Amino acid sequence: MDKIRASLLKKSIASKIERRGKIISLTCLALIILVVFLIFYFVASRGLATFFQNHINFWQFLSGTQWNPGTTGTNGQPAVGALPMIVGSFLITILSALVATPFAIGTAVFMTEISPRRGAQILRPVTELLVGIPSVVYGFIGLQVVVPFVRNTFGGSGYGILSGTFVLFVMILPTVTSMSADALNAVPRYYREASLALGATRWQTIYKVVLRAAIPGMLTAIVFGMARAFGEALAVQMVIGNATLLPQNLVSPASTLTSILTMGIGNTVMGSLQNNALWSLAMILLLMSLVFNMVIRYIGRKGKLNNER
Amino acid sequence: MADNTNLTTSQRNIMKFDPKDHEIALSTEDLHVFYGKTEGISEGDLQFERYKISALIGPSGSGKSTYLRSLNRMNDRIATVKGKIMYRGLDINSDAIDVYEMRRHIGMVFQRPNPFAKSIYENIAFALRQRGMNKKQDLDEIVERSLRQAAMWDQVKDDLNKSALALSGGQQQRLCIARAIAIKPDILLLDEPASALDPVSTSQIEDTLLELKQNYTIIIVTHNMQQASRISDYTAFFNLGKVLEYAETGDIFTNPKVDLTNDYISGNFG
Repeated sequence: MDKIRASLLKKSIASKIERRGKIISLTCLALIILVVFLIFYFVASRGLATFFQNHINFWQFLSGTQWNPGTTGTNGQPAVGALPMIVGSFLITILSALVATPFAIGTAVFMTEISPRRGAQILRPVTELLVGIPSVVYGFIGLQVVVPFVRNTFGGSGYGILSGTFVLFVMILPTVTSMSADALNAVPRYYREASLALGATRWQTIYKVVLRAAIPGMLTAIVFGMARAFGEALAVQMVIGNATLLPQNLVSPASTLTSILTMGIGNTVMGSLQNNALWSLAMILLLMSLVFNMVIRYIGRKGKLNNER
Repeated sequence: MADNTNLTTSQRNIMKFDPKDHEIALSTEDLHVFYGKTEGISEGDLQFERYKISALIGPSGSGKSTYLRSLNRMNDRIATVKGKIMYRGLDINSDAIDVYEMRRHIGMVFQRPNPFAKSIYENIAFALRQRGMNKKQDLDEIVERSLRQAAMWDQVKDDLNKSALALSGGQQQRLCIARAIAIKPDILLLDEPASALDPVSTSQIEDTLLELKQNYTIIIVTHNMQQASRISDYTAFFNLGKVLEYAETGDIFTNPKVDLTNDYISGNFG
């Protein structure tokens, strides 16, 4: 009896191993949280320096249309107006999402509802392959094919929002497609059965039941694609023209937050206004990706509530 | 499991109706169902009388659900169905038939309650809207009538706009029945409609079915032999993909002609 009592009061080897495992996984988690925190801190400290050290007005930064941090603008302050880039980024993101969404949903419906076998055998591997192509390849094709095409068809130099939209459309299409297909696959089979048993046609079933039930998942897919488009730097930089001007039309050279960042980051001195201004752009990018993330989580949670049984 | 691979005709007992006294709503002739190369149903020749409840019983994997799902061609994209399914003098198992229109007349309720993630009202209005009925007044009327027939109007009449998923399992299943009868089918197929439900909900569903019998021909697959004996007029016993016996329910349960039927209903296997 006493042996059992003693063993009950002593920590067993199993419980020690368990504690060690817990410590290891907690350490990993803490490390990741620390890294994320440090990134945020660093970007914020550099990005905010523009406003607190260099005394640039925050609203002027957001609404100014002149970008040339080394020189003084018309109002006597350094010319750090980020509006052209912000507009360019949003415009290119929204346009490419608008173009990609119908194609993505159509493909996803074909893959999951109309021809699941061919979808699984051919289309899915192809879309996954498209995701894996490096962005510099997309950019290069954009430069060599899309830019001349736009130049010959719509005029202008060919560099601009429109070319960027085309390139990003191809880049985000596979992501949105495969995520939409996942959303459609997740619609329970009994929804389709119930609808068919009521005499609905296949198209009615797809349109009125399956697509409706998959809306949260497909919205997530679209926002995900938008997040990718917003953050894409290299391919966009290669085709957009990188002129820090407010875009007048879709074929005039423009710029995005990312393209200006990649263009300028190597040419500035740490701590200078030029450098700080770029960090401010990075901060805006970071905040935007945070917003995209929150939107995705919000949609996901709402979708879960709707489909709970 | 009991073996029935080498059955002679004397070991099967399939009732045929005299068309003079009985109106046949649906019948199958030489029905075979294949899943790829494996045969799910090797023979199913049954006739179903109008305005009666016919029950299909048998052990798991006996093919009764497969048979039922073939009747309104829900197996179309899953399995190959050969043979004739006769409905109003037409073989509905042919390419000439518009499946969607056919399913309007031969409705189905599934084992697991499967309401859409819509309101109670919209669940019932769904099929009607698909057929172009959009007048609020007509829809209201049919929704009420269907819910009354499914014996749940009094419980939900104030909550028609609430999500159908908030209902209990038994209510969801009755909503599915209401949804199926909203388009006024001729025949109602039910695939173990009460197997996921508690005893109280089950008996409510059974009462509903006995009510519906006045206007609908009902074919029900059930795992529950007591249920078959309580509500059905005719019972078919399936084993290993074949119908072994089909007779009046009273006869099947008190005086089965086939040994395997006897074994099954007395609980020796299955």
